Amino acid sequence: MPQTLAQKLLARASGKASVHPGEIVTCKVDLAMMHDSGGPRRIAPLLAELGAKPWDPDKIVVITDHYLPAYDDESRNIIRIAQDWVKTAGVSRFHDNMGICHVVLPEQGHLKPGMFVVGGDSHSCTGGAFGAYVLGVGSTEMFGVVATGEIWVRVPQTILVDWQGRFGAAVSAKDAMLFLCGKLGLDGGDYQAVEYTGSAVSALSMQERMTLSNMTAEIGGQVGLVAPDDTTRAYLAAAGAGEIDTGQWHTDPGSALGAHHRFNAGDLPPQVAAPGSPTNTKGVGEYAGEKIDIAYIGACTGAKLDDLRMAAKVFKGRHAAPGVRLMVAPASRKDQKQAADEGTLDILIAAGAQILPNTCGVCAGYGEYRFAENEVIISSTARNFKGRMGADSAQVWLGSPYTVAASAIAGRITNPMDMIG
Amino acid sequence: MTEDGKRNPRTWVYGDNVTTDSLAPGAFMKLGIAEIARHCLESVEPSFASTVARGDFVVGLRNFGAGSSREQAPEALRHLGVAAVLAQSYGGIFYRNAINLGLPVLVCADTARIKASDHLEVDPVAGKVRITNSGVVLDCEPIPPHLMAMLNDGGLVPHLKKRFAAQRSEACAGGSAT
Repeated sequence: MPQTLAQKLLARASGKASVHPGEIVTCKVDLAMMHDSGGPRRIAPLLAELGAKPWDPDKIVVITDHYLPAYDDESRNIIRIAQDWVKTAGVSRFHDNMGICHVVLPEQGHLKPGMFVVGGDSHSCTGGAFGAYVLGVGSTEMFGVVATGEIWVRVPQTILVDWQGRFGAAVSAKDAMLFLCGKLGLDGGDYQAVEYTGSAVSALSMQERMTLSNMTAEIGGQVGLVAPDDTTRAYLAAAGAGEIDTGQWHTDPGSALGAHHRFNAGDLPPQVAAPGSPTNTKGVGEYAGEKIDIAYIGACTGAKLDDLRMAAKVFKGRHAAPGVRLMVAPASRKDQKQAADEGTLDILIAAGAQILPNTCGVCAGYGEYRFAENEVIISSTARNFKGRMGADSAQVWLGSPYTVAASAIAGRITNPMDMIG
Repeated sequence: MTEDGKRNPRTWVYGDNVTTDSLAPGAFMKLGIAEIARHCLESVEPSFASTVARGDFVVGLRNFGAGSSREQAPEALRHLGVAAVLAQSYGGIFYRNAINLGLPVLVCADTARIKASDHLEVDPVAGKVRITNSGVVLDCEPIPPHLMAMLNDGGLVPHLKKRFAAQRSEACAGGSAT
């Protein structure tokens, strides 16, 4: 029987020759990744309560990103708990203040195609871009994984999302995902596996593929997969992950699918989602002219090196409009360094950007920076639910880094095609 | 009021896509569950947290618990005494989190028929919701057996506690035999 990529990954993790959708399997975990908010501060007390120890400290990665920079006693304590716990638990793969977990995990070479990974965050699906099954969970579930090395999964169907052709000059993976959110809705992924295929996806960089996988969370998918190829191989080799095997990690032709969506990348204009939900999406032209106070480029979704480059392409030689606050929080320290070395960061700073720490920042809404009453923001992040990034009355529009940059320059929501042609 | 003077359980009815951001607002996530729960659903219904009582039911339509993996979302409902959540579907992670924390979450295709003025009796084991004021009975999808076992134990932590205790006593029995 032909098998989907998701089925093959779960069959391997559960030690079976094959699995079928609907079957409940117990998977052995190759890697457990957690951050400071859902990680040690929540699981350490549970481990103590049960007198349990981590099943394999070498398979645990801890990355601090939510409560950084720590700004009060509570946040300092949360970070301290993480720093202390990795020592007592014997976890050596600890990345403290290096960037957002979903970006740091592959950049540090921890992910490989074929792996079964559990991540303590809903955007853990980002790692699916590498052909790994990366399942997002809450902290009690993560405690279960750390205590046993296992987790149950109901084998999902696969929803194929196929993009043929090439995306336009100022169109990105973010636009593809906002479009998909609008098309399918917040539950369109139905907690199934979503796999991105087609010539337009093959042509994307690794970080752009990560954006596809990342926003699978916004359509309610369980995992967002991309079959690994030479682009994956090159990225992972540079990250020090070593040689990888791509051979079997793809969906077999003729596999039974839950749904198959086909789109033409060349037809997609830049997309913008109106405040309240990433599903409030239309072509940027429909919303052009909306006045903004803040342009925010941040998060695992929208401030990776490639996202910063997109913004810089628009900002080059230009400045944010008077009165518009431009905030840029590069997703990882490594991406920020590369952006600095190559001149991308200079362009952003010259455009008026305030460079913020390499953390989840306003996107998580846990930290010091939150948007104020009635502020109007255009953001390269993933979610704009009421109250998430600040006051209930803050109005957060979502767009690609191109669109955020173009809108910052004009002071109004603007089609980036008008600026880079 | 019931005959013994207790308040009847109330039914709190919401729509599609109740988000984890509204159930456990980010600004309070650094604090303990009691403080987070005080702000549960305040962006949707400001009086919810101060009025909800032990035994009440929360009803949604599609995709209840959409968004983040923060398990403080179902934990806040449990802390406030919510007896069960009924919805047509759930955010996948929210659903797992709720069961892990011992909060019954039932998939019921007909939640649109439930009104805030209704009184409910919910049997998670049988998968039945009875609207006592109208006599209407709604069917829920059965909870899979491995999750029902976890719910019966009170969630994943007591479930694993039981499993580890059984393993230890097995190991001890094995040890004494040799």
